[in-house]
Amino acid sequence: MRTIEQTTQEILQLATQQFKVPAGSLAPGDDFYKKLGIDSLQALEMLSRLENHFKIELPDYEVQGVSDFQTLAERIQARL
Amino acid sequence: MLDLRKYSSVGEALHDALETWPREVCLIESDRGEEKQRLTYRNFKDQALPLAKALQDLGVGPGDRVSIIMTNQSKWLISAYAIFFCGATLVPLDYKLKPEEHWQLLKHSGAKILITEFGIWRQLGASRGRTAATNFQAVLATEAPANADMAGAVRWEEARGAQAPVFVPQGRQDIACIVYSSGTGGTPKGCMMTHENYLEQCMALTSLYPFWPGVRYLSILPTNHAIDFMVGFFGPFTCGAAVVHLRTLRPEYVREAFPKYEITYVSLVPLVLKNLQKGLQARFDELPASKRKALEAVRNINRALTKDHPRLWLSRKLLGEVHTAFGGKLEAIIVGGAFTEPQTLQFFYDLGIPVANGYGLTEAGTAVTVNDLKPFRADTVGKPLPGMEVEIRNPDADGIGEVTVRSKTVMAGYLNEPELTAETIVNGWLRTGDMGRFDSSGNLQLFGRKKNMIVTEEGKNVYAEDVEQAFEGLRVKEFCVFAANYVWPQRSMVNEKLILVIHLEPGQAFSDELKAEIGVRNSRLINYKRVHGLVVYHEDFPLTASLKIKRNELAQRLGAQDREQSILPI
Repeated sequence: MRTIEQTTQEILQLATQQFKVPAGSLAPGDDFYKKLGIDSLQALEMLSRLENHFKIELPDYEVQGVSDFQTLAERIQARL
Repeated sequence: MLDLRKYSSVGEALHDALETWPREVCLIESDRGEEKQRLTYRNFKDQALPLAKALQDLGVGPGDRVSIIMTNQSKWLISAYAIFFCGATLVPLDYKLKPEEHWQLLKHSGAKILITEFGIWRQLGASRGRTAATNFQAVLATEAPANADMAGAVRWEEARGAQAPVFVPQGRQDIACIVYSSGTGGTPKGCMMTHENYLEQCMALTSLYPFWPGVRYLSILPTNHAIDFMVGFFGPFTCGAAVVHLRTLRPEYVREAFPKYEITYVSLVPLVLKNLQKGLQARFDELPASKRKALEAVRNINRALTKDHPRLWLSRKLLGEVHTAFGGKLEAIIVGGAFTEPQTLQFFYDLGIPVANGYGLTEAGTAVTVNDLKPFRADTVGKPLPGMEVEIRNPDADGIGEVTVRSKTVMAGYLNEPELTAETIVNGWLRTGDMGRFDSSGNLQLFGRKKNMIVTEEGKNVYAEDVEQAFEGLRVKEFCVFAANYVWPQRSMVNEKLILVIHLEPGQAFSDELKAEIGVRNSRLINYKRVHGLVVYHEDFPLTASLKIKRNELAQRLGAQDREQSILPI
């Protein structure tokens, strides 16, 4: 079982790869809309990749209103 | 389709629809590419009537309000029909709101029953806002796991009365729905929509974009939204058509649904349409140069041949691959909720995919004008629908003035807000707050707003006042949030932004600490409600006798300053 810190780090890594931002430039508290410059659809695409990676299903409404990596990690952790 | 002129309520028309097309499919539900459910009109009725009886056993009848908070799915529509069957008023709420906002609107609406999904109920139950709504009598929650703690809710699947329910008729002027167009932070704007509003709007829209048995509408916009309620429920049902619901709205599943279900119509907000455009363009750009040139040539031929009106059969032949990706049966993409840039509309039209763009607002009963495609005009929002009187009030030298609407589709008013209603509907004319003019061919063109609000590309209405509570307690003398275009009017409806105006205490410096605090508070807002600029104003705000900010006057004073120099980035 992953710890919340591990989950968070994996999310940051995946987002770094997907949106081609410099390694180490993302932090758990970052607002991913702002930091990655993405819109709500791109955020949904990121969620799909995270679901595949963590082998979980996240209902759309559970991640509605979530905009930082830390909270996203908590929602994912609850389903691991 | 049913002849809606002879019906007096939404429930009565739906009742007849279920009897008229018992064997036709009305709902298909898919989750992550897997079909979960397919219902005929008869199946729909078999599920709805026991629920209607259960509601009647709970005492639901005329004058009662029942709220639905659900994602787009079959149980949404089944529950809505059961509510109308009882003669009650439906309060559809956006499932995307925060739990506290849900509770606030549930309280405001006076709903006594809530029908929701178990996952949403779990979040609502844990919210501190729960104590706010005391008017509640029962909660029905769908899809709860077998051993779930229901926290006081009843399982939707078990809410089934044994006997047949009694249909309760309603009149055309009775309230069918209370639809919140905005206002979770400030004044809740609960639009009271009558049965007549829906019946008339449905007749007008289907006269231009008809449904028939066999049509498949892909429902993506939330069903609480006036557009999806009309074209993703009432419209198709009164014509014997089918609605396709996807439980997961990830782009990959949406793309897959078009060919899989041979979709006929879909409604999208501009953001999604632009995203589709981006995806298609990227695929075109990847083509080898020779193929790209060939595509461009075919596109030009299609453009020339569809100049006067769409010729779908021809476009499907010329641009087969593109149309196959959309399932080959797409009649039109309906785009609404916000202003769409002409170049995006033209992009799709040139590929032979008509985009039915228009202009509307919940208060007017959804659509006011729609492009009739004869010919397609990307630079306008089309002509008024049948039954709509549209006038431009107080036009300036260029003919641009406020768009006003008179029609049987205009709402009865805002719930519990007689003053706001009186300001909005004057002598039977709805003042939209949007600025526009008609061109020589009778098409409406829009040129910004006179309201202190923005509409995002996702179709979200954000009123500046509603955002202010995020900055309550900010250590400044006073502050105010404005739509930048309200202060500095622009003849444009794209890239609308909110700004925060602050006035510092005497001797207070605009410190990094204050700037950071504004940033933190701003980031707590959901992304589309955030302010995008800051103005430091150096004079006292004009106030009323009761010490409220005179927003109009402050906006005028700010407007005298240079826009670019005044706004600092956040």
